[in-house]
Amino acid sequence: MEPRPRSFYLLTAFFVLFVVFLYGPTITIGILSFQGPQGGLTFPMRGVSTYWFHNLFQQQAVGDIWGAFRRSFALGLMVMVATVVISVMAGLAFRKRFFGSGALFYLTIASLVIPSILISLGVGLIFNQIGARVHWSTSGLGAQLTWTLPFGLLIMFAVFNRFDKRFEEAARDQGATPWQTIRHVVLPIIAPSILGVALFGFSLSYDEFARTLLTAGSYNTLPLEIFGMTTNVTRPVIYALGTLTTVFSFLIIAGFLGTAWLLRKRREMAARRAG
Amino acid sequence: MERVHRGLTGAGPGTAGAAAPAAMPEGQAAGRGHPRSARAARGRGTVDTLQGWALASPLVIVLLAFLVLPIVMIVAVSFWQATEFAIVPAFSFENYAFLLTSSVTWRVFGATLQFALITWTLTLLIGFTVAYYLAFHIRTTAMQTILFLVCTVPFLTSNIIRMISWIPFLGRNGIANQTLIELGIIDQPLEWLLYSDFSVVLAFVHLYTLFMIVPIFNTMSRIDRSLIEAARDNGASGWQILTNVIIPLSKPGIMIGTIFVLTLVMGDFITVRFMSGSQSANVGRLISNDIALLQYPSASATSVVLLVTVLLIIGVLMRFVNIRKEL
Repeated sequence: MEPRPRSFYLLTAFFVLFVVFLYGPTITIGILSFQGPQGGLTFPMRGVSTYWFHNLFQQQAVGDIWGAFRRSFALGLMVMVATVVISVMAGLAFRKRFFGSGALFYLTIASLVIPSILISLGVGLIFNQIGARVHWSTSGLGAQLTWTLPFGLLIMFAVFNRFDKRFEEAARDQGATPWQTIRHVVLPIIAPSILGVALFGFSLSYDEFARTLLTAGSYNTLPLEIFGMTTNVTRPVIYALGTLTTVFSFLIIAGFLGTAWLLRKRREMAARRAG
Repeated sequence: MERVHRGLTGAGPGTAGAAAPAAMPEGQAAGRGHPRSARAARGRGTVDTLQGWALASPLVIVLLAFLVLPIVMIVAVSFWQATEFAIVPAFSFENYAFLLTSSVTWRVFGATLQFALITWTLTLLIGFTVAYYLAFHIRTTAMQTILFLVCTVPFLTSNIIRMISWIPFLGRNGIANQTLIELGIIDQPLEWLLYSDFSVVLAFVHLYTLFMIVPIFNTMSRIDRSLIEAARDNGASGWQILTNVIIPLSKPGIMIGTIFVLTLVMGDFITVRFMSGSQSANVGRLISNDIALLQYPSASATSVVLLVTVLLIIGVLMRFVNIRKEL
């Protein structure tokens, strides 16, 4: 191996700083959430305790945190399933150029770049006008899908652009029907990427704020609930909540990544056995 | 060959161009002069179209119901009138007249563009450097993947929590002020660290640099390494390789990142509201304030102007990049 140029060390230092910038604040509130009962929003620590976490479980005066969590979790699962199914179907559709596919593609991109508050406002107005009540599981679900679907579709595009068509041709040559080819050849090959789509679907929904703001109705999702609490941040209880939801997000991400890794490992082993 | 194929499918402009390779063999055969297979190929084009729309129909339904219709609704409502108690369908330019003649609007749009430009510059510089490091200085794919994940994971956690997490750093008695006082650089805590334009931009950079890193890294990792070898063999310095080879070839990624960052910042209202402590204004906040006051027609008119601005910017940027090809 050739020796590292000096720029490598400079850039490594830059990268380390960037990672500190990225994670530093999150770690800080992680530490501060263990403040003692008399502790404030900044250092120094006045003792170490889990007081604020207990506080989170006891008091319901600030709102319905656990109800909000349950709703966010359920909505995340709904968005995840919808995103996976719709993105995979659309991804398969886009493999062949069909009449109008260009327009549909740009519409999907538009869905991504349109300011979120416009979706929130527009969906709210429509529900208002047709006399329907906005609810997180109807208008909220639809509004969040306009955010998660473009990501799902972009991932599918990246996957199918790199997809080796010879696998399919082999299946077809051996007499597989189109559905069999998809079910037994295409889907297993793209399974790790589908996990990626699922992870995006769940996480983006679980943390979504702007598109849910006017479309969730009278029952808040967790980000809305947290934002409601920020109007008067005076005690570390909000750090405790932030730490808990971040840990939850990390666990979800780790779960997905671990599953994807296992899938790959199992496939490698199967390939080795097949020799 | 492509021209032959195009003539045969010919179902419309959408199907023209680089058609799916899978359909090529039939097209070729037909091109040698078998009218019957030509008809078959045309039939296939229709079948492809039907199949395509059938598979994409759930996507179409969601986008129509929750993207197209809402925008149409906003455009319609922007011409309505608001009374004290209700909004009334009408066709009036009053909202726009008020909006476009108010100096507040222009100032707020100016501030929004300023936030967007400053954030764009910073995220581009940081994002490009990080992507360059990952793509050209990390030698194993495994390490690249790990470091790339390190950069992307925060994107999947809550933006609001990430904003809140700046409080202990930037607050009056926060880490930054305490450190600066201890070092003897300042005597008084700096007041402009939190709840200021500074903290707004800082949060934007914190939240959105990822949107630069991912597309630029993606483009960079596809640059043919032999081009860089060739440049080096011809005596180019590292800096010359960067400016003459890597940056020009990374342009598509830079464009996609730019589209992301500009639209996210232009459409934001929550970061500006929270990080400025409600002291700074941008277009998103203008809209959300109107919504809070139930002034939907006025909010809609502002939304339409914002949408047109954002679409114009994207329209210009899209001329420089073919997104579909870059994925």
